[in-house]
Amino acid sequence: MSELEVNFTIDGLKIKAKKGETILQAALRNGIYIPHLCYHPHLKPTGSCRLCLVENEESRLITSCENQPTEGMEVSTTSPKLDNAKITVARLLVANHQTDCLTCAQDNQCKLQEISSYFGIDEKNMDNLRYSITDIPIDDSNPFLKRNLNKCVLCGICVRTCRDRLGVSAIDFGYRGYNTRISTFSDGPLLESNCVSCGECVVACPVGALVNNENQKPDREVKTTCTYCGVGCGIYLGVRGSKVISSRGDPHHPLSKGNLCVKGRYAFKFINNPDRLTTPLIKKNGDFVEASWDEALEFAAEKLSGYREGYSFAAISSARCTNEDNYLLQKFTRVMMGNNNVDNSARSCHAPSVAALAETLGSGAMSNSIDEIEDSECLFIIGTNPTQSYPVLSMRIMDALANGAKLIVVDPRDIELAEYADLHIQHNPGTDVVLIMGMIKIILEENLQDQEFIDSRCENFEQLLESLEKLDLDYVEQITGVNVDKIKEAARMYANSDAAAIFYSLGITEHSHGTDNVFALSNLALVTGNIGKPLAGINPIRGQNNVQGSCDMGCLPDVFPGYQKVEEKEVRHKFQKAWNTELSPNKGMKMPEMMESAVKGDLKAMYIMGENPVHSEPDSKNIVDALENLDFLIVQDIFLTETAMLADLVFPGASFAEKDGTFANADRRVQRVRQAIKPVGDSKPDWQIISELAQKMGASTGFNFTRGEEVAAEIATLAPIYGGMVYHCLEDESRQWPCLSDEHVGTPILHQDVFATKTGKAKFIPLHYRPPAELPDEEYPLVLTTGRIIYHYHSSTMTAADESMKKLYDLDPVEMNPSDAEKLDLVDGEQVRVISRRGEIRAPIKITERSPESLVFMAFHSPETKTNLITSSACDPVTKTPEFKYCAVRVEKI
Amino acid sequence: MNFNDLIKQSKAEYRNLINNETPVVMIGAATCGNSAGAQAIKTTMEDELQKNQGECKIIEVGCIGLCYEEPIITIIKKGSPAIFYRQLTPKKAKKLINSYVLGDDPLLEYAMGTVSIKQFEEGIGEGHSETVFDGVPALFDLPVLKPQVRRILRNCGFTDPTNIKHYLAKDGYTGFLKAIKLKPDEIIEQVKAARLRGRGGAGFPTWLKWQLCMESESETKYLICNADEGDPGAFMNRSLLESDPHSVLEGILIAGYAIGAKVGYIYCRTEYPLALKRLKNAIIQLREQGLLGEDILGSGFDFDIQIKEGAGAFVCGEETALIASIEGKRGMPRTRPPFPTTSGLWGEPTVINNVETMASVALIMQKGPELFADKGIENNRGTKTFSLAGQIKNTGLIEVPLGKTLREVIYDIGGGIKEDKKFKAVQIGGPSGGCLPEKFLDTSIDYDSLVGAGAIMGSGGLVVMDDDNCMVDVARYFLEFVQNESCGKCVPCRLGTRQMLDILTDITKGEGKDSDENLLHQLAEGIRAASLCGLGQTAPNPVLTTLRFFEDEYKAHIQEKKCPARECKSLTSFEVDPQLCTGCMLCLKSCPVEAVTGEKNEVHHIDQDKCIQCGTCFDSCYKSKAINRVSPKIS
Repeated sequence: MSELEVNFTIDGLKIKAKKGETILQAALRNGIYIPHLCYHPHLKPTGSCRLCLVENEESRLITSCENQPTEGMEVSTTSPKLDNAKITVARLLVANHQTDCLTCAQDNQCKLQEISSYFGIDEKNMDNLRYSITDIPIDDSNPFLKRNLNKCVLCGICVRTCRDRLGVSAIDFGYRGYNTRISTFSDGPLLESNCVSCGECVVACPVGALVNNENQKPDREVKTTCTYCGVGCGIYLGVRGSKVISSRGDPHHPLSKGNLCVKGRYAFKFINNPDRLTTPLIKKNGDFVEASWDEALEFAAEKLSGYREGYSFAAISSARCTNEDNYLLQKFTRVMMGNNNVDNSARSCHAPSVAALAETLGSGAMSNSIDEIEDSECLFIIGTNPTQSYPVLSMRIMDALANGAKLIVVDPRDIELAEYADLHIQHNPGTDVVLIMGMIKIILEENLQDQEFIDSRCENFEQLLESLEKLDLDYVEQITGVNVDKIKEAARMYANSDAAAIFYSLGITEHSHGTDNVFALSNLALVTGNIGKPLAGINPIRGQNNVQGSCDMGCLPDVFPGYQKVEEKEVRHKFQKAWNTELSPNKGMKMPEMMESAVKGDLKAMYIMGENPVHSEPDSKNIVDALENLDFLIVQDIFLTETAMLADLVFPGASFAEKDGTFANADRRVQRVRQAIKPVGDSKPDWQIISELAQKMGASTGFNFTRGEEVAAEIATLAPIYGGMVYHCLEDESRQWPCLSDEHVGTPILHQDVFATKTGKAKFIPLHYRPPAELPDEEYPLVLTTGRIIYHYHSSTMTAADESMKKLYDLDPVEMNPSDAEKLDLVDGEQVRVISRRGEIRAPIKITERSPESLVFMAFHSPETKTNLITSSACDPVTKTPEFKYCAVRVEKI
Repeated sequence: MNFNDLIKQSKAEYRNLINNETPVVMIGAATCGNSAGAQAIKTTMEDELQKNQGECKIIEVGCIGLCYEEPIITIIKKGSPAIFYRQLTPKKAKKLINSYVLGDDPLLEYAMGTVSIKQFEEGIGEGHSETVFDGVPALFDLPVLKPQVRRILRNCGFTDPTNIKHYLAKDGYTGFLKAIKLKPDEIIEQVKAARLRGRGGAGFPTWLKWQLCMESESETKYLICNADEGDPGAFMNRSLLESDPHSVLEGILIAGYAIGAKVGYIYCRTEYPLALKRLKNAIIQLREQGLLGEDILGSGFDFDIQIKEGAGAFVCGEETALIASIEGKRGMPRTRPPFPTTSGLWGEPTVINNVETMASVALIMQKGPELFADKGIENNRGTKTFSLAGQIKNTGLIEVPLGKTLREVIYDIGGGIKEDKKFKAVQIGGPSGGCLPEKFLDTSIDYDSLVGAGAIMGSGGLVVMDDDNCMVDVARYFLEFVQNESCGKCVPCRLGTRQMLDILTDITKGEGKDSDENLLHQLAEGIRAASLCGLGQTAPNPVLTTLRFFEDEYKAHIQEKKCPARECKSLTSFEVDPQLCTGCMLCLKSCPVEAVTGEKNEVHHIDQDKCIQCGTCFDSCYKSKAINRVSPKIS
């Protein structure tokens, strides 16, 4: 007998249960059906439906969903008492259920149907029961899903899903007795509740009480990868004819496990939106005129031929497009235009991670895997709001908490996860370096460090100690505004765990000292040996579906694909040989440098693919000035964005649903993107447009690709970390880089044996506090920090293309602490002016305790609110990443 | 001041109060007294005193349990025994001030009993007292009180519940003083010796519950006092909390110390405003006297008590639902095991004890387990309080040794049935209990015998029914109650009780089917077996016991469309007895729907099509009794 197995019998049949399995789980796994309604494999059982009752040796009825078998236990699923009890329950449910099965969206998938037929319930044995069906109005307030409580069996799966898996708790049981029903807070419409419309409850509902508004079944489904955030959830797009009509989670996906957020599940309508760009557009006399591909490509080729010299051309590639698209744009820039002026939107987000972690650890990506999160012992979450930005990753964090993980949240705002944290540190914004270095000092003072790890795998420790010597804990308290005892508690919780994982995102990087912030976290992980092992690591969560990939593809001014440096001769020679051309040995311009250069008039032509810098970059007026000053601008996109409006030539790209390719998600996982429908109108996949343009410009070889797969094959030959990222290896599973060959399974955890630095050792970095660039003063007394909200994505061109998504969230409000609002005599919802040194915008005020005093928060999604008109373009000196997370503003009553 | 000195001082003050030249008026001002008008009596007396510039102390005290005699006051004058006056009115109160408080005439015609000052001071134990005034018996010789043994209720009505010194004067907190000098297991030994079983109704040995919790290795433990009394017709806990809150708090302190808890919660429903007020006040006093907080009386024992006000959900009396409610969640039960002693509040080992259990603990530690256990019968030791309600003469709160028979309680103490009607049934144990008919009148009231008879002890509510009560309607009433109070979590309780209620409602409307009796049995068995918590598991009991003992009434309703008790409106009619009708026209004038016709001095007639069975005519004809209620309905 294995210790991991429990032997017991069901109706005399010998069954082996796995350790931890309940009777029900063991039965189902062994092919024995025990009826059940409130059981859900991902939720804690509640034993409320009573259909899974079994009888034990003492003739007691116990719930098989809640009880684990014991060795030698004998249970039976039938006895006169048990049978009467269970059929009574089943009949009661049927007598209480609206039975319009044929027109019910859940028909054929309904658990109550299954139960009714299992018990053989027919009119005869329902004869004398009083039917009593409630008449509660259907809640169809939500644009995507509706609630018909008359079909609800009160299994509570939706409540538990929303509370335990999402941490949202938009619904709970309300009222009593027969009137008990699932209710929002004060029983208002779902749309007015704190529901985030993720639809997880719809998926989990066993009956027809929660269904999608649109229930048509697709003709076929295509397995692909979600196009929104960096988590990279697996989805199936449902297609009818040439239209995408549905999206559902892939239950077998290693990270998302079938879960999706509102964007992944519902925001797919942009694909077939009538506003999609369907043909090339050439600007003539200030107006766009439709053009044929030939005409457009000819025009582009002719114009671009004039900017092959010096630094007069630059390209911005797309964190939204596939690896294949990105690879070809950087190749185009380097081969056809002869310089390294290619960058991507990682510049505005995780460039400090790439720079800092490359220096200290040898690689700037997440060191560990998202699928480890649920088994974590301790999670250190700093400068990231997974609930809003990476909803499905946040579900994994909730799973971890359910499994007993400790959670430390460090954020000036009272973000949703803070509610579940063992410790929430609300430090003054922009003081991360001091806080983290303070923690390190405490760890060393209390001798909690992993000295063996430090000695054997790190270097520069002395320099770190030296910089810590001058750091006084009183000073830490004074700068961060956090009681030093709390910092000590955090330090101990983190350091005393066998493994502790750091997760962060743009709250760390988008500062004028973003690189230092990342250095600090790297120091913290190294000093405790939390690198190179499971459940640990330092994990920058990537915000966009393929921002990791566009960096991997070398859409950066200093590296070729696979982070091979352009300045290194051997590397350059390799690429020169492969690409059959001379390559520039000089680093190119970073995005902010491009903009500066354009303003100066040095940079004359740009090719922007799938990015909307006019909306997404700080101090956006400056960006408009820069782009307007260009001689020639090509924008390639799926919609006519604010940036595209400024273009001389617009190429219509194909969306992720219309092309084959790969995305690399936040944990370096390369996943297939599959074509579900043919490109809309005359649009073309981005890689194809670039290929055709290059050929038009005279490229004889090197751009004659006919399929995405061919591009991927070329990438595999040139970027060693992508060596095994070829389609035939990625069909059934994803792989995490480095993946060196077809045979290599990939690398879930980095730095296990050696660091990819020159010396093979990790490096400590001495650090000192630098305040943010623009501190509040009398004129601008508030700090503005920006971030995302769950409903929209980036500049919302895709999400807001669906009116339903705008119904959920439209304008970006200013979130303000009640005491600040009181001082300004503001009431919730009123329009205010938000003014910085760069400009003024109007936005509704949202009074909330999420914002601490003197800090206001805004998202940057709405093209109407235009938050980035007022953000600061002050940059991190190393990476030129703007300080989106800190600028001084003033709020005025209108 | 050290605590023993405080006790001495309290005793002296109390003695001085009742032996002083200044007369004392004690007004029973628990909820029962207040609702009968105690506050108006108090105001009247105060006004009258002021008018006459008389001197007298007026104190609000708790309830002595004789609800049917409220408002009750006690007047103590030097040289006389304490005289208890009953059914006061402002007019009587005024007279008493003038005649007795300020004069010499005790107006014995208003008195119901006396208690000697010595007995008043020393505490009342069991009833034996001498008669002082002719025609006024010793209070404890009253038939309603004589069979009672007042231990839990010993201070109720004799002390000011807002004054900790009154409690101290009655040996209050001496039980706790003894306890903190003992080791926890020694205390548990004492409770074991007293053979105390939980007074919440299930009768689980209190010591065992404590022991299980005490032995748990967890550092944090909790004690919860369940004051969520919710059975219809039960008010034992409310009365005790209002009349003697410190006796419960003392028990909580002792239990907290014994199990190793640092925090105790009292879960009390918001519908008990006076009990909550008294508790809050008492807790403040405890804090002032150093009986709460850190290192209580230098014993090293840290303890605090918090009150959690419940929203009055009946299911929150179930311990796991109660815990959920304290945790801020919706009060819904969960499957046990794990039992709270293993995993309770916030997942920590928790003991949940009923109010009366706590008061019993204080008694045991004050007076010793031997005294406690000397009353009662085998396996059912001590006294137990009961509330008497329904069609019984002496409604109120009583305390008797376990093992008394139903007959003794209903007839000897309760005085029998109102208007000397025929006893039909007694409902015991609230909605989870059952209705016992006449043949069970000699059943002993103890945990085990009642279960044998098909009812349960419950927390102690007895509701008496007479011949005019329809047992189907009684079952329907209790089912409606549990249906409304079901938390809705598990299917059999939520939908099953509703199904049974629908069927019973049909039966009382004359719409029952022949198969309904079987269906009710089948549903009852299913609900009992499948429900998650005690509420659902016992919800069918009132139906099952009435079906068992009063099956003929069900059959009459279903088959003959007849309500033998003539209570179900749909099955009854009113008709005029031509022999008795005097043609006075009272019924005609009072009928709201003009269903009565007839000329003056001639026999009247009721038009059955118009009649709405409101019963106004029946009530108006109380002199001639010429209107009859009949069933089945006249068509």
